[in-house]
Amino acid sequence: MYAFDYHKPRSLAEATALLNANPEARLLAGGMTLIPTLKQRLASPSDLVDLGGLPDLAGIFVGDGEVRIGAMTTHATVAHSAEVRAALPALAALAEGIGDPQVRHRGTIGGSISNADPAADYPAGVVGLGATVVTDRREIAADNFFTGMFETALEPGEIVRQVRFPIPEAAGYAKFPNPASRYAVAGVFVARAAGGVRVAVTGAGPSVFRVPEMEAALTASFTPEAIASVLVDADDLNTDLHATAAYRAHLVGVMAARAVTSALES
Amino acid sequence: MIDTVTVMFSVNGNDVSAAVEPRTLLVTFLREHLGLTGTHIGCDTSQCGACVVHLDGRSVKSCTMLAVQADGQAVTTIEGLGTPEKLHPMQAAFNENHGLQCGFCTPGMIMSAVDFAQGNPSPTPHEVREWLEGNICRCTGYHNIVASVEAGARAMAKA
Ligand SMILES: Cc1cc2nc3c(=O)[nH]c(=O)nc-3n(C[C@H](O)[C@H](O)[C@H](O)COP(=O)(O)OP(=O)(O)OC[C@H]3O[C@@H](n4cnc5c(N)ncnc54)[C@H](O)[C@@H]3O)c2cc1C
Ligand code: FES
Ligand code: FES
Repeated sequence: MYAFDYHKPRSLAEATALLNANPEARLLAGGMTLIPTLKQRLASPSDLVDLGGLPDLAGIFVGDGEVRIGAMTTHATVAHSAEVRAALPALAALAEGIGDPQVRHRGTIGGSISNADPAADYPAGVVGLGATVVTDRREIAADNFFTGMFETALEPGEIVRQVRFPIPEAAGYAKFPNPASRYAVAGVFVARAAGGVRVAVTGAGPSVFRVPEMEAALTASFTPEAIASVLVDADDLNTDLHATAAYRAHLVGVMAARAVTSALES
Repeated sequence: MIDTVTVMFSVNGNDVSAAVEPRTLLVTFLREHLGLTGTHIGCDTSQCGACVVHLDGRSVKSCTMLAVQADGQAVTTIEGLGTPEKLHPMQAAFNENHGLQCGFCTPGMIMSAVDFAQGNPSPTPHEVREWLEGNICRCTGYHNIVASVEAGARAMAKA
């Protein structure tokens, strides 16, 4: 690991000031992605700004038709929250399926969405539920937040504070996990709400994406059968050592049907 | 010039205060600064779990944390669990059920299992296997590890 300076700010304003003063600084949340990256010398920040000293950034609030989750809330906290399990069980299940218990004890929702790994689980939940990402300076709609592979709409020095999920009528998530890491080879989040049906896919393409043909079919009939004939084009999907694009396209259909079944059971 | 940072935390019940470079991993601090070599390093990818310790009672991978991140908290390692004369019930269960062969994964397995058993006194084999997702063993084939964790959890509930 390259050397860096370490700061643990006690306020959001202090964190912002540190980021502004050090253009090569990086935020540290759970560290479950950033620290392995530093160990492999794939990043060399001048400074780490640890968000661990800002308890206001962690916590769950359920009310006013939404579930609000603070950026520093760990995957384990979301998975075990009685409130999230009651209001949005699909999101609790998504969090429970991330990595392993030790990863879930440290990894955070803010770190996961800011990192925007193409195979991460939370992006599917954020886009599938049409959530809003609240930062230190603005609110960003889910559809505008993920802009590419490991890319988001976040500006330099911008800090995610919270994610606000509208509570749907029904929702489900299903993924085909990589057997070693549990990252999604393909994962599909489906939600039915007053505004319509949303289908968001992670793991299969360079970044999370929606499937309008499935959304239309599920709006007409919210059943697994309704999407059985919808084919996903493999052209834009990923091929790597885990799966070909054609196999991923097939998996998207299978996972979408399982997600709908799970939504109907919840 | 990188400044060192002073960290203060407890390790196995003893207060520790030290000036560390920010890049020092918790596992490096435990092994090389404190000589607590029971915590192992088995991978570079945060996947094997040989390095699992408890931070305020919850299992974490000490290879994927900076020592400075443990400031103000309580760290427990395998050395803090039991002694050769008086094994912790989970250690005794691994011994009795032949839950190890080479033993490299064992400290991490036991630290992970103790965290699990605290919240689940009578787990099913399936629950044990789900929980051990983050602990890799290259010898045993897991069968006896699962049996050990089941027995250890029951013994902990009685202790
Ligand atoms: C073995 C293993 C298995 C895993 N399996 C899965 C899996 O199955 N599914 C999955 O989705 N993920 C998986 N992960 C990743 C895990 O969920 C990480 O916790 C997550 O991707 C990053 O969150 P973090 O809090 O650890 O962030 P960090 O590693 O601390 O930070 C990640 C990035 O986000 C930035 N950042 C952090 N917080 C903020 C913020 N509030 N505002 C702006 N930028 C911020 C950091 O600067 C950094 O660039 C796995 C990780 C490991 C090690
Ligand atoms: S050494 Fe492998 S997970 Fe920590
Ligand atoms: S006993 Fe050898 S790695 Fe598990």
